[in-house]
Amino acid sequence: MNSLLRSKYASVVLPTVTTLVLFILWEIIVKIFHIPSFNVPAPSAIWSAAVEKSQPLIENSLVTVQTTMVGFSFAIVAGIFLGFLIGYSRLAYMILYPILVGFNTIPKAALAPLFALWFGLGFLPAVLTAFLLAFFPIAANVALGLETVEPEMKDVLRALGASQLELFRKVGLPHSMPYLFASLKVAVSFAFIGSVISETVASDKGVGYLVVSASASFDVPLGFAGLLTLSCLGIMLYSFFAILEKYVVHWAR
Amino acid sequence: MNQTSPHENRLIVPYPPQDGLLTFDGIGLEYLVDGKPCKIIDEVSLSIHQGEFVSFVGPSGCGKTSLLRMVSGLAPAPIGQVLYHNRKINKPLKNVGIAFQSPTLLPWRNILNNVLLPLEVVQPYKREFKQKQAKFIAMAQDMLATVGLKDFQSQFPWQLSGGMRQRVSLCRALIHQPEILLLDEPFAALDAFTREEMWFMLQDLWLRVKCVCILITHDLREAVYLSDTIYVMGPRPSSILYKLKVDLPRPRTLEDSLTDEFNHYVADVRRHIKRN
Repeated sequence: MNSLLRSKYASVVLPTVTTLVLFILWEIIVKIFHIPSFNVPAPSAIWSAAVEKSQPLIENSLVTVQTTMVGFSFAIVAGIFLGFLIGYSRLAYMILYPILVGFNTIPKAALAPLFALWFGLGFLPAVLTAFLLAFFPIAANVALGLETVEPEMKDVLRALGASQLELFRKVGLPHSMPYLFASLKVAVSFAFIGSVISETVASDKGVGYLVVSASASFDVPLGFAGLLTLSCLGIMLYSFFAILEKYVVHWAR
Repeated sequence: MNQTSPHENRLIVPYPPQDGLLTFDGIGLEYLVDGKPCKIIDEVSLSIHQGEFVSFVGPSGCGKTSLLRMVSGLAPAPIGQVLYHNRKINKPLKNVGIAFQSPTLLPWRNILNNVLLPLEVVQPYKREFKQKQAKFIAMAQDMLATVGLKDFQSQFPWQLSGGMRQRVSLCRALIHQPEILLLDEPFAALDAFTREEMWFMLQDLWLRVKCVCILITHDLREAVYLSDTIYVMGPRPSSILYKLKVDLPRPRTLEDSLTDEFNHYVADVRRHIKRN
């Protein structure tokens, strides 16, 4: 058992086996208790719905991923900018940080209908919701990365006569990288949630819309297929940035 | 330079200094503690010569680290002045090497690039960095070889032991041939045997550069082993209680540190250390 836990494959094999076991249990319970498929469909029914409707599932997935990535890209730019601003300027920190925290506590689901009112249905409100959910953790983490630089590390460079710019380039920036990359995998999940929320409220495209319209027409297996698709996409987005983190900031221990 | 100092009656060290590269002129330090001024350093005046290795020993909290920060210009002296080439230090000097108790390597750089860091910042190396990169890398490799780390140059800091990291830190502090090397208890976190090895390596590195070196330590054997001059500071508010010249030939070996003569020096310093 211990040698399995230490092997390279454990982190892939164990969750896969667990997931399979979960689906098998689910299948058995649905079959034993004769749960009707418009309440909780069996995994087999979900799978056949997914195969049957694979075309719309894939098309809508692409839409969701696209809005997520556009919103997320803006979130990265804005998050890094705000993070550096807050991390470096005491004034900016005092002015902006309370506002950001206050704004971040507003449930973005409550904003989605408002965005639909302002910007109509579809792409724009989804991008905006994704952006708003994702930029805060990035900004907060980048600021934290700058704040936690060891003073002695700065002293070594200052004693060599380094300028503020050199201090930033040689210490502040690289030091905040692990914090940035740790935030990216969380933020991309947030952006994904944001675009799906907006799709359920204010769109005629995307997996979020697909799930809502499937349940509206009592096609519960398709609804579940949509949910599973969302889960898979979420895992893929998270993993992508988790792997990226491993490569880019491999030195951080 | 014949004027008398206002503090003359309290001085044990000859003053005014004559030909020092680095001169502490009536240094004092006060902090506000709960709104009341608290004197940390009463008065320190002394002079350090070109190529001199100086140690400061004394009880904790007597302002030794503050003295280093005054020399580096990171926190210029609030009372009195530190003169370097007869000019007052009031901002960070540009050619100082520093090593602390923690190695403070940059974790995103491998060992070689950590050692090269000062050459990317300090002139004239900075402007020549692109053309002479091969030569600079050879310099860094040479230093790493001196401390037995030639094979570790492409490792990252987390892959090295504490003692190895501290050796890298010393190489980094010295590669740009600073005129002043400041060491703030650099070996305090290491075990006794590693520490002795480090003395030897530090001496080796320092003998190549022959810069002014100011060492702060609580280890009296370390102070005697490495120094030309040892200053004993008193408890807060501190001043220099005792000055000791160590006349032992260099390079000093481990064997030298076991002789009676060496132990006499250690005992002499110990007798003059007083605690609050």
